[in-house]
Amino acid sequence: MAVTIIIPTPLRQFAGGSAQLVFEANNVGQALDSLTTKYVELRKHLYNDQNALRSFVNVYVNDEDIRHAQSLETPVSDGDTVMIVPSIAGGKKKI
Amino acid sequence: MIVLSQQQIGAMNAHGERDYPYECCGLLIGSFKADGSKEVVETYPISNAREEEAKRNRFLIRPEELLAGERAARQKGLDVVGFYHSHPDDAAVPSGYDLDHAWPIYSYIVVSVREGSARDLRSWEMEGDRSKFNPEEISKGQQ
Repeated sequence: MAVTIIIPTPLRQFAGGSAQLVFEANNVGQALDSLTTKYVELRKHLYNDQNALRSFVNVYVNDEDIRHAQSLETPVSDGDTVMIVPSIAGGKKKI
Repeated sequence: MIVLSQQQIGAMNAHGERDYPYECCGLLIGSFKADGSKEVVETYPISNAREEEAKRNRFLIRPEELLAGERAARQKGLDVVGFYHSHPDDAAVPSGYDLDHAWPIYSYIVVSVREGSARDLRSWEMEGDRSKFNPEEISKGQQ
């Protein structure tokens, strides 16, 4: 299944400057694995040390948040769009 | 380097004071320059999406809000170039939590608000390997 991954602005420098890339995959996890195998520098921005998606990394398949589907196991079909969208979080030290 | 007008700095300081003792947050809309600098055209306040009990030391901009901001920026031929947030009664220096949640390229402006009054405003950029924030020079534009 050929799926298009949409790369957010801050990560394009780690993906050869591309805004979108096409990979063969059967589910979201495979698509992201292919992406981060080709562009190794991307991995630390998407995954934490436990190899789980960082909490502020949101992934949508055709506008559906994969957390509301089967997370990284969410199946993808030919022509699907996988969009990586940041949420922005932060704050001062614990009070 | 990031170019900000005195008016934009005033708007971020005022937002930090208005939301004190909670953290405020917002988008920096502008353009990335070929030399790696950024120019801010407008600041775009966002309602802190964190739950009530966490707002004193946390902020959250939801992905749909960022997408809406990016869309609005693109319609004007601009980009989201960074974010600002306040540190109530703390320094204008990013925390470890800020670093854990940061994205490369973007500017992160932190406003220190002490006892309800904005005292300091600094801009930061994350190192590409996620190891630290580096101070980013603020240039006062003419807007």
